[in-house]
Amino acid sequence: MASLKELSMKEELLCGGHRACAGCAAPIAIRQALTAVNTDVVVGCATGCLEVTTTIYPFTAWNVPFIHNAFENSAATVSGVETAYRALKKKGKIKRDIQFIALGGDGGTYDIGLQSLSGAMERGHDMVYICYDNQAYMNTGIQRSSATPKGASTTTSPVGSAVPSGKRQIRKDLTEIMAAHHIPYAAQASPSNWKDFTGKVEKALAVEGPAFINVLAPCRLGWRFDPAETIELMRLAVSTCFWPLYEIENGVVTVNHKPRNKKPVSEWMKKQGRFRHLFAPGNEDLLKEIQEDVDRNWDRLLAREAMG
Amino acid sequence: MQVSKRVAITGNEAVAEAMRQINPDVVAAYPITPQTEIVQFFADFVSDGKVDTEFVTVESEHSAMSATVGASAAGARAMTATSSQGLALMWEVLYIASGLRLPIVAPVVNRALSAPINIHCDHSDTMGARDSGWIQIYSEDAQEAYDNLIQAVRIAEHPDVLLPTMVTMDGFIVSHGMGNAKLLNDDVVKKFVGEYEPEHYLLDVENPITVGALDFSDWYFEHRRQLADAHTKVKDVVLQVAKEFKEISGREYNLFDAYRLDDAEVAIVVINSAAGTAKTVVDELREKGLKVGLLKIRLFRPFPHKEIAEALSGKKAVAVLDRADSLSLMGGPLYIDLRAAMYDSPGPRVKMVNYIYGLGGRDINMEQIAGVYDDLMEIAKTGEITQPVTYLGVRE
Repeated sequence: MASLKELSMKEELLCGGHRACAGCAAPIAIRQALTAVNTDVVVGCATGCLEVTTTIYPFTAWNVPFIHNAFENSAATVSGVETAYRALKKKGKIKRDIQFIALGGDGGTYDIGLQSLSGAMERGHDMVYICYDNQAYMNTGIQRSSATPKGASTTTSPVGSAVPSGKRQIRKDLTEIMAAHHIPYAAQASPSNWKDFTGKVEKALAVEGPAFINVLAPCRLGWRFDPAETIELMRLAVSTCFWPLYEIENGVVTVNHKPRNKKPVSEWMKKQGRFRHLFAPGNEDLLKEIQEDVDRNWDRLLAREAMG
Repeated sequence: MQVSKRVAITGNEAVAEAMRQINPDVVAAYPITPQTEIVQFFADFVSDGKVDTEFVTVESEHSAMSATVGASAAGARAMTATSSQGLALMWEVLYIASGLRLPIVAPVVNRALSAPINIHCDHSDTMGARDSGWIQIYSEDAQEAYDNLIQAVRIAEHPDVLLPTMVTMDGFIVSHGMGNAKLLNDDVVKKFVGEYEPEHYLLDVENPITVGALDFSDWYFEHRRQLADAHTKVKDVVLQVAKEFKEISGREYNLFDAYRLDDAEVAIVVINSAAGTAKTVVDELREKGLKVGLLKIRLFRPFPHKEIAEALSGKKAVAVLDRADSLSLMGGPLYIDLRAAMYDSPGPRVKMVNYIYGLGGRDINMEQIAGVYDDLMEIAKTGEITQPVTYLGVRE
């Protein structure tokens, strides 16, 4: 495990000059992830913020081979690249060791790309899929996704006089869905805990077969917060146990971080404009319900870990 | 010329054989009637070690085309195969394959599109993909499907072209119908298709490239223009590859097949298996001294409009048989293209009519085709068209 200083000295595989917003977590997350790569790597990415901000022709921010195909097929596309690698390596046309990383936002992963991802994981391609979860369709302008938390106001789950709650449904637990594919490695991470995250990427790359990492990626426009506070928003998501850091290695659950003082989820929520309406009088029950959801999920996770 | 073996074979078997002999690096495919057998035969080849191919058993046709794009961009010779709804599900990625200039080759077994759901032959599926930037080559029978698929590899990968190519044949009629075909020896095909040596590819990690970048309005148009330019190169490459293919097979291919057309006064234009039936009708009518002929489309995209217009100019009347409808109320897709092509043909305006036939696998028989020739001779005599578009063989 490299030190932070050592990691910072490594060549930037996703370099500066891209056009992501100030305070955007996606490039922070992916740059961090790529510091864990010690072989050659090919990266694929779904249509979305990360893709459009890093590959504006005739420029590219990628110092590694990169492919974008469409919105819903990042996993299928990289499965094709990885298969080509196996075919050409078998024929002796390629000699080097190459790793494969597929990327997608929550739109391209939880929703429109779920089938493609599920297929690629089930087929057992030797690749790591990293979802940067910013909890809505941010690239098209903050529409709700199945990763959007209950209570968040988005442009398709807006707060209005008839719907004072914002999004009414609970978010999908994608990490669990991926774990249910019985892949060798699935994890949830946050760039605020860089050592944990880069260690997970290392493990994911090291396993033979498919691996999945879900990484929290606050969007300052969609979540509505001060862009200086991106990392703080991640920290709070972790310390409130809204976004537990855990991993499932060959079916065994390990919770990687257990906050000594679990903070109320409202501390994370009140820093975000998308939840502002919940703090107005009349929404106390909903806030309570959201806290209960977080508590239940956290307790369930700890119980699963205890089961071994 | 090399020794070929004559076999009784179905279209699906012939296409699977061609794929075995091409021995692509990657095949990603999803089963769909009537293409399913191709996938099954190919899976057997993989399991029995008869190919070196890595076979990706994707969960949908969308992923089949997506994985094929990934494999091709990575530097592999990549193929898929589909039909009907499967091709429709690939539609989004078809445009990406051509826009990225990836020389993917795919047999497509023609089948009607839903609704109503129907598993039998018509050309709605590939006609729906005619503007996707893929080269489209149509095949009358198993022999042509086999020959065209082998040639397609060379056409698609030609450095002047670099375009994905689909080779079609009629569902069930050809895919499941047993016919005579001469297959080439494995080593002959291997030598003919050669090794795929891409210039830029993802797995060339020492020279990293970005594939699928975002174009704004300052570049998109130029890249689409380059795509159109690539299509202008296809015709010559198709002819060159056909010439080389003749050397190994003795079989002759052109942009289209003109059958007893030169001195014909009236002609039918047709695609795929119905051409076989129509040629028999031509022979019978010729016996009676009637000057009838036929033009069978082979290369449909890009459309060799000039050559076709030349071949049909001077005819008194032409009927275009479409196994698909455009629902534009201007006739089927082939008719619309042909009328446009004939607009600039030299000489007096050729009278043209359209017959939409065989949707959802409805048989077309010799009497019906003879009836079309009757209509044409009447038009030739009177110079009058009473009905430009006719639905042939349907209960009205």
